[in-house]
Amino acid sequence: MANFKKIARRTFLIGSAAIVGGAAFGAWYVSRPAENPLKAPQGGAAFNPFVMIDQNGITLIAKHVEMGQGSRTTLAALIAEELDVRLEDVKVLQGQPAQAYYNSALLGEVLPGKGYDRGDFAHALGETLGVLGKVLNMQVTGGSSAMKDGFTEMRLAGASAREALKDAASARLGVTKADLKTENGQVIAPDGTALAYTELAAEAGQMDLSEPELRPASEWKYIGKNMPRVDMAAKATGTAEYGMDVRPEGLKFAALRANPRRSGMTSFDAAAALTMPGVEGVYGLGDAIAVVANNTWIAMQAAEAVEITWGAANYPNETDQIFARIEQGFDTEPNSTMRDDGDAEAGAPEGSTPVEASYKVPYLAHAAMEPLNTTALYTGDHLEIWSGNQGPMLHRQHAATEVGLAEENVTLHTPYLGGGFGRRGEFDYTVYAARLAKLMPDTPVMLTWSREEDMRHDFYRPGALARMKGAVQDGRAVLLDGQVSAQSTTVQIMKRWMDFEAGGPDKGHVDALFNAPYAIENHRVRGYHADVDVPVGAWRSVAASFNAFFQDSFMDEMAIAAGVDPLEFRLQHMREEFPEGAACLEKVREMSGWTGTTPEGVGRGVGFAYSFGTPVAQVVEVVQQDSGIHVKKVWIACDMGTALDPSIIEAQMFGGMVYGLSAAIYEEITFSGGEVEQFNFPDFDATRMHTMPEVEVAILEGQKHLGGAGEPGTPPIAPALANALYDLTGTRARELPLNKVFDFKY
Amino acid sequence: MATRLTVNGKTLETDLPEDVPLLWVLRDEFNMTGTKFGCGVSACGACTVHIDGEAQRSCQVRLGDIWGEVTTIEGLGTPDNMAVLQQAWVDHQVAQCGWCQSGQIMQAASLLQQNPQPTDQDIDDAMQGNLCRCGTYPRIRAAIHDAASKIGG
Repeated sequence: MANFKKIARRTFLIGSAAIVGGAAFGAWYVSRPAENPLKAPQGGAAFNPFVMIDQNGITLIAKHVEMGQGSRTTLAALIAEELDVRLEDVKVLQGQPAQAYYNSALLGEVLPGKGYDRGDFAHALGETLGVLGKVLNMQVTGGSSAMKDGFTEMRLAGASAREALKDAASARLGVTKADLKTENGQVIAPDGTALAYTELAAEAGQMDLSEPELRPASEWKYIGKNMPRVDMAAKATGTAEYGMDVRPEGLKFAALRANPRRSGMTSFDAAAALTMPGVEGVYGLGDAIAVVANNTWIAMQAAEAVEITWGAANYPNETDQIFARIEQGFDTEPNSTMRDDGDAEAGAPEGSTPVEASYKVPYLAHAAMEPLNTTALYTGDHLEIWSGNQGPMLHRQHAATEVGLAEENVTLHTPYLGGGFGRRGEFDYTVYAARLAKLMPDTPVMLTWSREEDMRHDFYRPGALARMKGAVQDGRAVLLDGQVSAQSTTVQIMKRWMDFEAGGPDKGHVDALFNAPYAIENHRVRGYHADVDVPVGAWRSVAASFNAFFQDSFMDEMAIAAGVDPLEFRLQHMREEFPEGAACLEKVREMSGWTGTTPEGVGRGVGFAYSFGTPVAQVVEVVQQDSGIHVKKVWIACDMGTALDPSIIEAQMFGGMVYGLSAAIYEEITFSGGEVEQFNFPDFDATRMHTMPEVEVAILEGQKHLGGAGEPGTPPIAPALANALYDLTGTRARELPLNKVFDFKY
Repeated sequence: MATRLTVNGKTLETDLPEDVPLLWVLRDEFNMTGTKFGCGVSACGACTVHIDGEAQRSCQVRLGDIWGEVTTIEGLGTPDNMAVLQQAWVDHQVAQCGWCQSGQIMQAASLLQQNPQPTDQDIDDAMQGNLCRCGTYPRIRAAIHDAASKIGG
């Protein structure tokens, strides 16, 4: 809390724009309720944007997209909790692009303050800035924000519909409303008369909506329970419909080939491709071509047969040249100094032992299992799109601009996403499909990327460098002066998504570094923006994915220099600063039976990160086997505030960890001649069944505020693993991926 | 020239060239989209189907080379009538994004046919070609053991 005032006086990236924007738009605009995108069904009612009931049944609308994280289930459970319906009795649909489904939580993440110290003032400010999502059309699923965003809103949606149904029943039966109760989709009168919601809906739709009181936690039936996921049976039987599975009448199949150097196209020659059986057309898309055929595979083969002259890259051609530019970032003025406690400038205090280290992490691809694809049908005055995406309004807006139609003339469907991890917030693949559809009007066309196109045309997790200076004395850290240089994902995303030139301190860039909840007397964190134009974007946990590696590897180095057990060393600096975080460390110590010593052939390490509102501690155990080093087990403890669905949270925690583990051991995107050198999974592998560690997850509920689930499991594993490998081998790895230094079991 | 093949007990016919992989015949010609495309190079297992009861990567089997009866995830069971293995997937809440799970289930079904009581090592050996970027492996393992005990017991 020490520097909150100092920080708050400065301007903030997005934050500053938000405050100015708030004044410009006026409070009336942002507080005006968004229009209900649902039309009242015949003989029924659309009570609000989230609950629709007619004679055929009850439909709930999930505002956030389902990309595996389970939000469709938990959002529906929050509505069901107050509406008194069973999930197995309702349909849950994905919300269409609409302002009513804006994400109020995401922009809260750009607030000043460390997050974990968020007091009532800062929390209220978060909610104020949150409405900016409405004017910025941020219907985005990301930032581990779905539950923070939906927790109150979904319950209110369920409760207000329930009250209207009770009003209708009260009028019909002539029974005082207070004597009616609701259960399993019915209003029940004292004499046992039960009226189904489906038969009351039309009348209930005429009732005035009141703002109901929400039930206390002690009365929750669903929240806090393991709810059966609404998508599970479909996903176990191959019947869940993803973007690549839509089959509108008359569908043609197309393959994309785009410039591997990410700039324009000089010319292309499609003669050879056009002679191939099944090929129906080859189209130029500016910096890419598309081949249309009667089969995706045929289109992909033909795309390889097109001869193309590409433009040159707008970034240095070789990986080492790119990293030289990132290194040069340290020579510029820092973009931010988000933490400046004591006097770090003075360096190591007299009598202390200095510790210094530099770290490096590579660019990374998202590599979601479902390669990018979008289907589009352009009919002159209308565009219909099917695209698994993390930002329906953004995708629709940019597709509309592409074909020159107003947004209301563009229909966007969001089927299930075969993984997102941040990649599907970007709309390039939707825009390519819209561009192609306009060139072949009245024919629906599915534009599918090969795995190679997907991997080589990503918006990568930026490569990053860190310079860490510290000092220890009498078993404690007395100095931590951290600097990180990397491309800014915030700047690129704001420019691409909203044509907004972001300036000012970039909090996201130093996430999990400036707000690492360690109390150190002299503690400074400076962020530098590297001047490189490799396309970069949000990759599960964004900058926390690299900053946690820097921070918590260095904590280990300081602990060892101080001669203190690494886990205890962290606790000493966290207990008072952030008790909920310390509780996670205590929990993994207990779960893993941490003693600080390991037998020969076994190594253990601990990692911690606070990101997206959730502290997560992980202990990892590695063992030396004949076939190489095996990551044997990972213990995870997180504090969610309120655990809305423990099973889903557990899956996100170990799933997030595995995503970070794969990157830490195997993954690296490199450049040669301006082109990405990795094509497919053999060049960019991941943890598999035989290399997967055992996992054990504990979910704590000590925080006052709800934490995110999708991302916070990812950051701590890289430092935890590097620390464990140091324990096993005595070799300190300061660069990822770790298979450059260590021989892992394959 | 039309090629005939048997998929989930039905005889189907296509005029596609013989070098088109089975994966793309199923998906784009027969609209059987339960079988997924993940890599195209046999490195992820998302396209796994059975040919004569044995797991195969359908992205590597040419239409002209199909040597037996094809079974896809749609042939294993339906939402209203799931196979024991699929029910185990639901009971253990395995899937996250779900894109790889058809292939995981088909691979696991093949394993259980050959080895009704697999050990953890057997599961490691049989399942390591099936990639899951969501990291659902612990629950896949649990579901396979559970299904094995139900089928065997």
